Formats: sequence, C-alpha cells, structure tokens
Amino acid sequence: MYVYDEFDRTFIAERAEQFRDQVARRLSGELTEDEFKPLRLMNGVYLQLHAYMLRVAIPYGTLSSTQLRKIAEVGRVYDKGYGHFTTRQNIQFNWIKLSDMPDVLESLAEAGLHAIQTSGNCIRNITTDQWAGVAPDEIEDPRFWAEVLRQWSSLHPEFTFLPRKFKIAIAATPHDRAAIKVHDIGLRLVRNDAGEVGFEVLVGGGLGRSPFLGKFLRDFVPREHLISYLEAILRTYNAHGRRDNIYKARIKILVHEIGVEKLKADVEKEWERIRDGYLKLDDAFLADIRSRFVYPEYEPLEDAPEELKRALAADARFATWHANSVARHREPGYGIVTVSLKPIGKPPGDATSGQLDALADLADTYSAGEIRVGHEQNLALPHVRQKDLYALWRKLDAAGLATPNVNLISDMITCPGLDYCSLANARSIPIATAIAERFADLDKARSVGRLHVNISGCINACGHHHVGHIGILGVEKNDREFYQITLGGKADEDARFGDLLGPAIPYDEVTDTIERIVNRYLDLRQSESELFIDTVKRLGVEPFKEALHAVH
Amino acid sequence: MPYIKKGEVADDPYVRLGGDEPVPTDVPAIVSLEWLLAQAPQSLDSRNVPLGVALPNDKAESLLEPYLPRLSLVALDFPIYRDGRAFTQARRLREAYGFTGEIRASGDVLRDQFLFMVRSGFDAFEVRKDHDAKAFAKALREFSGFYQPSLARDGGFRFRFSPPFSTASKEGESDG
Ligand code: HEM
Ligand code: SF4
Repeated sequence: MYVYDEFDRTFIAERAEQFRDQVARRLSGELTEDEFKPLRLMNGVYLQLHAYMLRVAIPYGTLSSTQLRKIAEVGRVYDKGYGHFTTRQNIQFNWIKLSDMPDVLESLAEAGLHAIQTSGNCIRNITTDQWAGVAPDEIEDPRFWAEVLRQWSSLHPEFTFLPRKFKIAIAATPHDRAAIKVHDIGLRLVRNDAGEVGFEVLVGGGLGRSPFLGKFLRDFVPREHLISYLEAILRTYNAHGRRDNIYKARIKILVHEIGVEKLKADVEKEWERIRDGYLKLDDAFLADIRSRFVYPEYEPLEDAPEELKRALAADARFATWHANSVARHREPGYGIVTVSLKPIGKPPGDATSGQLDALADLADTYSAGEIRVGHEQNLALPHVRQKDLYALWRKLDAAGLATPNVNLISDMITCPGLDYCSLANARSIPIATAIAERFADLDKARSVGRLHVNISGCINACGHHHVGHIGILGVEKNDREFYQITLGGKADEDARFGDLLGPAIPYDEVTDTIERIVNRYLDLRQSESELFIDTVKRLGVEPFKEALHAVH
Repeated sequence: MPYIKKGEVADDPYVRLGGDEPVPTDVPAIVSLEWLLAQAPQSLDSRNVPLGVALPNDKAESLLEPYLPRLSLVALDFPIYRDGRAFTQARRLREAYGFTGEIRASGDVLRDQFLFMVRSGFDAFEVRKDHDAKAFAKALREFSGFYQPSLARDGGFRFRFSPPFSTASKEGESDG
C-alpha cells in the first residue's frame, strides 16, 4: 500500500473543494453545460441514460479495507447499494445526483480516494497488474512506478486539454495482465544487459472503432528518464494529434497517419532537449516514494501446509474453488485469491455494498487489510496464508463471493450496454447473464477450460470485445439489436484482435450460437489441454462458421 | 474584455491588428504571424515601441525563433476552451526558447484554466467573462501545492512543490 502523506491528502481535499465550487457555479447558471462538461469529466462525472455517473479511481488497483468500506458507504448512501467495477481499475456509481457529487467526493477524499482524471481528455488513471508486488516473477513492483506517474499526471499543467483521453498501463512480468498493448502508452519494466531497470515503451494501442495494437517506440528508457520521455510523447501528441474529428483524435490515429518512425523522430528530438533537465528523477525522490509503500510483514511459512492439505482432501467444493481461484504468491506459504464478481445470473463486475463490507472485513482478517482490482472486473485478496484458505473460502462462499469460475466462460468482461449507457446500440449485461446461465454447470465450463468472452454494447469497445477469445459486439440493424462475433482475440503479451466469424446475428440467437461455437471447439480440440484460443489459432475461424450458419 | 497582467485587471497597452492594417510605429502592437514572417528580423531593430505577435495554435513556435529577441509579447489562442495546444506552445516558448516577454492567453479563456495557464508559462490573459477576471486571484489559490514541476528554473526534480505561486509568479514566472 502507498500511504498518503499530508501533501497528498491536502491535494485531493482541495480538488474536492474546487469541484464543489464548480458544481455550484453550474447550478447557479454561471457555467454553461458546455463549459462545465470538461470540468465534470475531469472529476469522473459522466451524464448517462438515466442519471449522472461517477467513476472513482482505484489507482493501480490497490485498495485498503478502509477505502473499500468507504466505497461501500458511498454505494449505500448515495447510490442504490452497489457499484460496478470497470476494466480500468475504476469503480462506477450509476445513480448519483449531481448536487450530491461534491459531498461524495469530499467523503471519498477522507479515505484517500478520488475521481481525478478518471474521464476527460487528459491522462487517465494509470493501471497495472492486479498482482503487483505479489507476483512471483516480476522485475519490481510496478505500483511504485504507477504512483510516480499518478503524481506526475495529476493536474498536469500542459496535458489536461489533450486532443482525447490518454491511457497508460504498466506491466512488470513476462505475462502481461495489464493489457498494455491496447493502451495509448504501454510500459513494460525490463532489465538491460547491465542489469539496470528501465522501460520498454509501446505507443498507439487502443480499441474502439479503429483498433490498433501498440507499436514499439523504444526498447529501453532508463528509469531516471521515464518522465522526460513521457513528456516528449505527450507534447508531440498535444501539438499534432487531430482535433477536427473526435474519432480520429487518439494518439493511435496520429501514429497510423504519420507513422511510428516519424513520431519517434519527433519524440527523440524533444527528449534530447529535456532529458537531462529538471524532469530527471533523482534517487532521493524515488527513495521517498518507495519508502511510502508499506508491505505486510510476511511470516516464515511453508507452501502446502497440513491444514490446507486436509481441507482439500475433505471438501471437494473447496478443492474446486482452490484449483480455480488461488494463484501462487511470491512468498512461500501465501496465496493470491481471486474473488469472482461474476456469480451466475448477476451483472458482471457488480458488487453490493454489503459484499464490499464483508470483503473489507475478510481482507482485515486474512489479507493484511488489502484488496486488489483487476481489469477482468474481479477482485483479489493478495496476501492470504495458505493455512487460512479454507476458513476464508467458507466466508466468501457465504457472502456469494466464491463462484469458482475465474477465467472460465462465465467470467466475462461486459460493458454496461443499453441498460445504462447513452451510446449503446444493444444490451450487453443480459447477453452476459444468459451465457453464464447456459454454462451454469461449472463442471461443463471447467471441461471447456480457459475461455474469455468479452462483450461491448457498441463500437467504443468498453467491454474489450476485440481482444476476447470470443468477442461479442452489439450493433444496430433496422432498429433491432444485432451482435457481431469474433474469435481468437487476446489481450496479453501476444495480443491480437479477433477475426470476424460472419454476419451479425439477432439478440435471441446469441446464446445458442455461443454454445454451438463452444461445442464445435470441444469437437475440434486435439486434447483436453488445447485451449479454445489455441484451437482457433491452429485452425482459424473457418471451421467455426457452421456454428453461425446453423441458425440461418 | 478584461485584461489581466501581473495578477490584476489592467489596461491593455497593445493594439491588436488584423491582417493588412498598417503597423503603427508609435504604440505597442500585436501583429499577425503572416505580417511578421514577411519582415526580415533585422528590419525590426529600428522599432522602439513594443511589438507582439499572435501565433495561431496550429503553427509551430519555432517559426518565431529569429524574431523572439525583438518581440515583447506572444499572444496564444484558445479557439475553444477544450483545445489545449497553446499550453504546449507556451511551455516551449519559455523552456526551449527562453522567451521572457509576455505570453498572453486569448480566445476562449475561462477561469478554470487560469491555474494550468500560469503553470505553463502564461502571464497575461484576455478573459472572456468579467466575473472570471475578478476571480483570478482566487482561482490561483485553489491548490496549495502541485506534484509536478513545469518550468526549468528549478534544479532537481521535485513533485511536491509547495506553494507554487510565490510573488515570483507576478513577474511572469511560475512554479518556483
Ligand atoms: C456507461 C458509461 C460509459 C460511457 C458513456 C463510456 C464511453 C466510452 C467511449 C465513448 C469510449 C471510446 C473513446 C475513444 O475511443 O476515444 C470508451 C472507451 C472505453 N471504455 Fe467506456 N464508457 C462507459 C462505461 C465503461 C465501463 C463500465 C467500462 C468498463 C467495463 C469502460 C471501459 C472502457 C475502456 C477500457 C475503453 C477504452 C477502449 C479503447 O482502448 O479504445 N467504459 N468508453
Ligand atoms: S461499449 Fe458502448 S455501450 Fe458499452 S459502455 Fe462503452 S460506450 Fe456504452
């Protein structure tokens, strides 16, 4: 956990106060809606179908139990008793009144939470691996760097009115859990031949109506130059990114139009000018930030303790959950527990205030008071003693938080779609619940194995459909909801976009079609260990087309 | 339209000229970029009242390089509030070219940008609304510190600048 000091606390309290004044000026008519819009967006306030929505940042996916209780409280007091976790380590509340927003932000600030730059044409919440700091194979804790970037980007004087939003993600392990290739800038922590830590930099990734994978900009930026290098990129983008058409305003389009070589030349030239100036990170500064990350005091424990072995042997449901939801921790005797927010029949990523309170208590007892949020819209308890897993599981199970479907077909990424979103063409949540119900028999889902289904209600791709093993995209045809299906997308280090299966299908046929695709895979796979994504990779989409045609 | 200089509403000493008006030699003037680029830089040396130029936000500040020593002002434009290119122009004028004259914000200049503008190197403002101009000092006091440095005057990298608006900001510098 990063512990806020007086400076951080003052900063977010002042930000909340500033927004209170802006809301007052809007409500008095001093500000027009046009003038107010960029201000509210920079504070995470969207106007949606039914009401204003507030998007609260969960910087680099780490929450303390106190913060989680605060989120639960906001849900209970100002919303309808729940919140919705997004794919970018934020939580959204869909029913907050504009006039309540200042109080909500002030209340969040008390727990060190804020909504700064969770929306708007500025540098957004920096995201990273939800297992940061506990993954066995990471170069170093990427949250440290995400915090450096949070500080650098908060109310940046020059980069707050960019052509479009700007998203940065950091990965620190060979396996990328932060989807860095679909971000405006993707950073990968690496070590060079001399053993020094630095960053590989990708630029111009993104989904939406023109999906692109990030292109390689530099293989090694020494860590002390990270800020100057990013400023050089952002400056080039701010000056040259398109402003005539919002659909062409992301940096991915600039990269596409001028080419990555030209961008690189401009960036390198600007970087050369500033790299040894005042943006160079000195050791004292880095040490200061590092010192404010506190880690739990791990006990010296052994892996696979007797208590765990006994429980696994005695309780088959526990063993199933354990195999599905517990990952290896860097410390022996500990585990990382993923808490599925995808119970069958509920909107993916939703959590009630009661569940969040229950989780906060469990985090205090079993996970050093810490909770993580990942881009798959699940939560994690990052520091659980293996000997406590059985006790923890029973409590999670009682709270409806132990569905053992992590990475299975019912663990879908889903945007709000037509149920909440003013931009939607089609519903997403009911599609997700219908598919989950079809595969409610988790034994069947398990026999299918790892399978990521991602659903977006329109081309903006909030549900990452391009990078789902199965992607489902809502489109509109003659005022009816239709869905395009793609196969073979991936968001990790081998990221690629899925290939279109064929013509779009109507709402009523989606679940059957998905089931036929899955059955087709079961027929086609070479062995039980060949994952869906690998079968698609081996054979392409062609042999799956009949799943679509069967309905016509 | 209220004009702010040194943190306060003031009289604007400059006349702003359109494309083809004759440039007066006896009063401070802000000329168009086209006019400026048509002059040889040395030909401006004989002028003994201040000269400024209006730089559109899609033109590179590098065009001004040979003229900068002879310019007392660069006016940068915000055609709409959300179009933030001039922030980069201002910052580069200060940091890459060491320009110490007036950098003036013009166009859709609203209260909630003042802080960002001052920290990017602007020191004069043509403000659209009267009550925004009156709130200038208050707007600059909304934060007692910032995370990131922006102007090159500072040596080491420090994120946590405290109080950013010392009296120095009234001299056209910011951030300390
Ligand atoms: C209901 C309110 C929402 C609205 C109005 C909204 C709107 C948008 C729009 C317009 C874009 C495209 C921007 C662009 O390409 O420049 C976008 C992108 C995105 N949204 Fe949302 N969104 C909403 C909710 C969500 C939720 C709930 C999630 C998470 C599940 C989410 C995650 C994302 C992500 C990850 C992207 C980036 C895709 C990319 O890389 O281009 N959004 N959103
Ligand atoms: S993908 Fe479209 S429908 Fe879904 S939340 Fe984003 S903008 Fe709304």
